[in-house]
Amino acid sequence: MFTSLLAQHFVHTALWSGAVVAVVCGTIGVFVVTRGMSFAVHAISELGFTGAAGALVVGLDPVLGMLGGSLLVGLVLGLLSLRGRERDSAIGAVLAFGLGVGVLFLSLYQGYATEATNLLFGSVVGVSDAQLRDLAIVAAIVLAGVAVLYRPLLFASVDPEIAAARGVPVRALSVAVFVLLALTTAEAIQVVGVLLVLTLVITPAAAAQRLTGRPALALALSVLVALASTEGGILLSLAQPWPTSFFISALSFAAYLAARLVDARRSGSLRRAAQKRFSSSAPRRTWAVR
Amino acid sequence: MSVVTARDLALRFGERTLFERLCFELERGELLAVLGPNGAGKTSLLRILLGLLEPTAGTVRIDGRPPRERSGRIGYVPQQRVFERETALRGRDLVRLGLDGHRWGFGRLSPRQRDQLERALAQVGASAYADAPVGQLSGGEQQRLRVAQALVADPVLVLADEPLLSLDLAQQRAVVELLDARRRMAGTPVVFVTHDVNPLLGSIDRVLYLAGSRLSPEGEPAPGGGRWAVGTPDEVLTSQTLSRLYGTDVDVLRVRGRVVVVGTPEDQHVHHVEDGDR
Repeated sequence: MFTSLLAQHFVHTALWSGAVVAVVCGTIGVFVVTRGMSFAVHAISELGFTGAAGALVVGLDPVLGMLGGSLLVGLVLGLLSLRGRERDSAIGAVLAFGLGVGVLFLSLYQGYATEATNLLFGSVVGVSDAQLRDLAIVAAIVLAGVAVLYRPLLFASVDPEIAAARGVPVRALSVAVFVLLALTTAEAIQVVGVLLVLTLVITPAAAAQRLTGRPALALALSVLVALASTEGGILLSLAQPWPTSFFISALSFAAYLAARLVDARRSGSLRRAAQKRFSSSAPRRTWAVR
Repeated sequence: MSVVTARDLALRFGERTLFERLCFELERGELLAVLGPNGAGKTSLLRILLGLLEPTAGTVRIDGRPPRERSGRIGYVPQQRVFERETALRGRDLVRLGLDGHRWGFGRLSPRQRDQLERALAQVGASAYADAPVGQLSGGEQQRLRVAQALVADPVLVLADEPLLSLDLAQQRAVVELLDARRRMAGTPVVFVTHDVNPLLGSIDRVLYLAGSRLSPEGEPAPGGGRWAVGTPDEVLTSQTLSRLYGTDVDVLRVRGRVVVVGTPEDQHVHHVEDGDR
């Protein structure tokens, strides 16, 4: 049965959609993790849900509503440019209210409940060819944005004070990150659903950061983990009819745990190397290349 | 021509005047220490020199041009800040950002830039740990990388904002020596903001002392603030000059080659609280 499923067109579409979404999520994820925006990801995806539910009520395409909802929140959060605890609580407040409105919209919506379930938990096997095309277009926009902004974005994310001193437009970049994140989130919702967006945006990037100190390699590893989790998750759900989202989140979490384990083992040996470095007066020093 | 020309600078926040009619010039190869109490506007002055903050009045020229047009040629060394342990950034990546971090796209380093990067790392003695993640380096190692980051693009001016905070004495001396070497060899002037002049005493040519805004005993802004003095350490760091700036009796003592300032309003405030009669 597994092989006959593999020959199905809808399975191909699902695998392609998963690949497109994984590449985008893995890419934007490294910046999101470096900037400590995990909570914002959650808020943007929940508000994407509210937008989609609103669209269902008035009879519009839920994907458009989702895009609108997450873009709006992304822009607002980006323009407010809040910091630290204030950002945390502001996001929490907005998120809770947005979700409340989403619940209202769902109760007003008289259509099929599956639409709502799909939004919350994802439905990658339900993606149509036209939707796949839209996914690819949005993905191309996000990837082009990251490619153009890469160096200043890295600078502003890891070292905002110096970046500003060097004339990098730190604030504008912060807004740009939120917009790119909103587009990414709207993509990810269609594959893993609102509640599991973090599994593709945060987990792979967090795993990658544990494995390497090289910024470009971290980006590549993050994409790789996202890709392997998504494709693996879709294939596993063909063999065992459990929700795809479960398999995707399980695989990316496994990758994260493995990365932590590798990192813990290595940092033990690094610490010994550092102690040696400080205690010996010998000028020759060697570092394990991460 | 002077590298930095500041004319009639004033900075006010509401009722508080941090400084006014501030004029100074900085020639090639000079090291200027900016001293003064907390909140006197030392960091704000640096931000004005970087073009990140507009002064209330006055103009600044770096090499004859407004600071914003020169931001790519100003090296900036900040306070040591803690990088998260798992930040995916190696020492060499941090330094490289100083070279091309402001340019669009992914970009590759040209052979010349590669060479610049390696030389900057070698100059501060960071080659050995250039491939280690920054989050796993000591404070002193991180600050050496910061100096390399500031120098890698061959700046016309270096600004340093309390770069010695939280470093031990040996590391403080190392950072001062690196910046001192740069201005001696390349003639790059350095503006060095610090609350403690002593680690710098052997190196500085001139001191800019900002006394900051004046506060009444109730902590309200009071008239007469915003005074400053510029000159050699022997001219500025005297009881007479600082008493005039603060408008109260201040003693500057030289003890075993160190400068100790006693009796500034900041000082008295601390004693006041400690006496417990507030």
